[in-house]
Amino acid sequence: MSDAALKLSSVSKLFESHGRVIKALDDVSFEIQAGKVTGLIGPDGAGKTTLMRLISGLLVPASGAIEVVGIDVISDPLAVQSQLGYMPQRFGLYDDLTVQQNLDLYADLQNIAYKDRQPRFDQLMNMTGMSPFTKRLAGNLSGGMKQKLGLACTLLRSPKLLILDEPTVGVDPVSRRELWEIIYQQVSQVGMSVLLSTAYMDEAERCDEVVLLHEGKLLMQGKPKDLSQPLSGRTFHISVEGVRHRTLQQVLSNAPDVLDALIEGEGVRVVMEQVVDAKAIVLPQVLTQETHGTVSIDPVKPRFEDAFIARLKTKSTITQQTTIAPLSVSSSADKAVISVDNLTRTFGEFIAVNKISFNVKKGEVFGLLGANGAGKSTAFRMLCGLLPVSSGKVSVAGLDLRVAAADARRRIGYMAQKFSLYSDLSVTQNLNFFSSAYGLSGKQQKQRLAWAITTFELENYKNTNAGNLPLGYKQRLSFAAALMHEPEILFLDEPTSGVDPLARREFWERTNHLAEMGVTILVTTHFMDEANYCDHLVIMEAGRILAAGTPLDMKNLARNDEQPDPSMEDAFIYLLNSNDQKHQAVIA
Amino acid sequence: MISPSNMRLWGIIRKEAWQIVRDPSSIAIAFVMPVVLLYLFGYGISLNAKDIPLGLVADKPDLITQSLQGSFERSEFFNLMTFNSIQEAQLAVDERLIDGIVWMRSNFSSNLQAGLDAPINIIINGVDSNQANITNGYIQGVWQAWLTHFAESKGVELSQTVQIKQRVWFNAALSSRMYLVPGVIVIIMTIIGSLLTAMVVAREWERGTMEALMVTPLRMKEMLVGKLIPYFILGMASMFLSLALAVWQFEVPLRGSFWIVIVTSALFMLVSLMIGLLISIVSKNQFVAGQLAIIITFLPAFILSGFLFDINSMPTAIQAVTLIVPSRYFVSLLQTLFLAGDVWPVIIPNSLVLLAMLIFFYVIVLRKFKKRLE
Repeated sequence: MSDAALKLSSVSKLFESHGRVIKALDDVSFEIQAGKVTGLIGPDGAGKTTLMRLISGLLVPASGAIEVVGIDVISDPLAVQSQLGYMPQRFGLYDDLTVQQNLDLYADLQNIAYKDRQPRFDQLMNMTGMSPFTKRLAGNLSGGMKQKLGLACTLLRSPKLLILDEPTVGVDPVSRRELWEIIYQQVSQVGMSVLLSTAYMDEAERCDEVVLLHEGKLLMQGKPKDLSQPLSGRTFHISVEGVRHRTLQQVLSNAPDVLDALIEGEGVRVVMEQVVDAKAIVLPQVLTQETHGTVSIDPVKPRFEDAFIARLKTKSTITQQTTIAPLSVSSSADKAVISVDNLTRTFGEFIAVNKISFNVKKGEVFGLLGANGAGKSTAFRMLCGLLPVSSGKVSVAGLDLRVAAADARRRIGYMAQKFSLYSDLSVTQNLNFFSSAYGLSGKQQKQRLAWAITTFELENYKNTNAGNLPLGYKQRLSFAAALMHEPEILFLDEPTSGVDPLARREFWERTNHLAEMGVTILVTTHFMDEANYCDHLVIMEAGRILAAGTPLDMKNLARNDEQPDPSMEDAFIYLLNSNDQKHQAVIA
Repeated sequence: MISPSNMRLWGIIRKEAWQIVRDPSSIAIAFVMPVVLLYLFGYGISLNAKDIPLGLVADKPDLITQSLQGSFERSEFFNLMTFNSIQEAQLAVDERLIDGIVWMRSNFSSNLQAGLDAPINIIINGVDSNQANITNGYIQGVWQAWLTHFAESKGVELSQTVQIKQRVWFNAALSSRMYLVPGVIVIIMTIIGSLLTAMVVAREWERGTMEALMVTPLRMKEMLVGKLIPYFILGMASMFLSLALAVWQFEVPLRGSFWIVIVTSALFMLVSLMIGLLISIVSKNQFVAGQLAIIITFLPAFILSGFLFDINSMPTAIQAVTLIVPSRYFVSLLQTLFLAGDVWPVIIPNSLVLLAMLIFFYVIVLRKFKKRLE
């Protein structure tokens, strides 16, 4: 017996679906050491959840062996199950039971002795900060609190190996930090081993070790630092004065030596194909010719996300967009396309949206940020005319969509948070339907269909039913459907939720391209780093706007000696905290 | 010290109990639905003809016709309306004011007194053939009784050679309530056992709680038993409520022994629960589970169990189908136990079939209910 908490040897898993055999896992072998936090990362459909279910004994591999703390899972799943804690993606909390009842149930199932229970409950409730809520129904908890309760239920018996499947998806940044604190506390106090999957690269960076899966194969394993090490000398921060970061990103991502370009702060973070000296980087001519601003190129430390992208991007099929929009420093018209004035929405006593006001200009990417339940979606629905306003004014392209004629709706495109296409219709049928719903027909419809299929690379999936598409492709299809009628204004509600970094990048590339062409885009997101893509944004909390401005404005708010270079997430947490203090000051 | 296995089992039972208490719909199904159904079938729906609107026409009214009219008026089966002419009465049938006409022609009394054949004409609305048959039967009954009485009063022996004397056993009043109420109990237990159980287990799959339960040291047998016990108790509680209502409220006699009713009910409840579990394991989706439970258990219990429609008068092929319907055996058990008593030749074979079904479904459920997601 080794001291490995988990050992996989040549594990393969096949699934049969619609007569086709899919290799979900292909000859995967790795070990994770006791007392370490290991991150399992990879794009959607890489086989992460399958792997976790195999380890927990919920699935049986086609071949290979899995050992958890020295016990063979395949021959003795029950022995393994009494050693490990597993929190599935949708953790099995009973919404109709109280927090305490959920704990009691899992304590029974985990065979916790009655005398040990109360101290353990107290300890866990204190740690998660949920002591005041033990009598509340689990269904009435916020997303973050549900995750914490789920984690508490899995930790009741201090498992030797803790498996967490995307524990932080859809959780606001504050709760995310708390979850991580709890996890590390367990590791340092009881020497627990943790295997967790995540779509957030900054979280992967916090792991002791990462395992990267792609299409069922193990691509690499190692310390995040070691994995990003080969990229040192290849990552730079570039900014050109007078050129908008979005334009800069587009130009740079099409430059020959650039592997990846990502908007970061006020400039662009690039990963070069090879190690180069900062001075040796030659920017494309368009950038140097048309502007006379200072160009600054600074080498930066490689991050894990760079390694992830560098590793996968070469393998992915993203074709570079050939069209480059004309460079423009300022947006064409400063007229507000969307204007919101003292918008309020109440549900009974509850004020979901409280007197918010903002304006969005043409060709702008405007972000609505906030944790779950901050009122983003409600505000969004009022803007789209899906929900009547309680008071205040909304105008979109000079119209109130709630009373405007159907023709006016042709000017907007809407992509809902949930996948809202017909699962049992094929990709082509869905696109056909949505384009005819917006009045497209004949030659025009055919053209747009061909455009959508090529632009979104849906050729291989043309006749696949929408419900059977991989997540990233579903999102592409939804996006395509919203764009069929060439809207001037685009509403995107949490478009990247649950989507892996690669797909998110692709998505933003397309969104930026549209904005460059003059489409006005309003987007909600809970990914704080995505705020960098926005020209302007507002941060919402409890129905109010906490702050409004450019991403730089937001970050400046949080900038201080301790945090000389705050991230968007730091800014968000800073805003929330100072808002809480204000509240407390008012109460006191 | 409580054993680990019992602790887990208790955990599941307690959780189910909490959920039942919290969920008003399962309480409603267990305790409100039986009351509603029993009242509906006990009072609302009656397969007996009572207060049938009947028209009576005497072309030449006299004492004899009045005497016959009096017989009809006294009968609790009829609501009598008199008409002056057959045309008026026919119009009333057309307007559905009355369901039938008894017509005494002008020569009725004279023929009768002369000892001649004196027919009455009976016209019955045959839209509802069942109702028409019943109405006809009641009219004949009143007519025969009156005729006998009339002959006696005249001191004349009736010219009829054969007289049929009817005696109805077990349900002398031929009251449909007597056999509908036991049948309703079967329906109620089917709904709780199969429909409710299928839905609650499917809900666990749908909400992802099943996956979390499966990775705990919980054994599948514990899970199975833990799910069965609370719903078994709920179903039996509902059974007792129905039984009490049947005996005290609807005055259905319970001629068989109470304990045999309980034992056979428990047996049927378990069969229903197994079917419910099986449905939920196969479907893993509340909507599909609900639909399946209705089609597989609820509808057959209504149509094919002999609760409403007599199995012997079904086509042979359909009769063969009823053999695999568990509720069929329970309907015949309950009807016998309520109305006839402990008739062992009925109780034993029917119970054995239910027991065989229980074992059959238990084995299938154990095989299908694996601690795996595949």
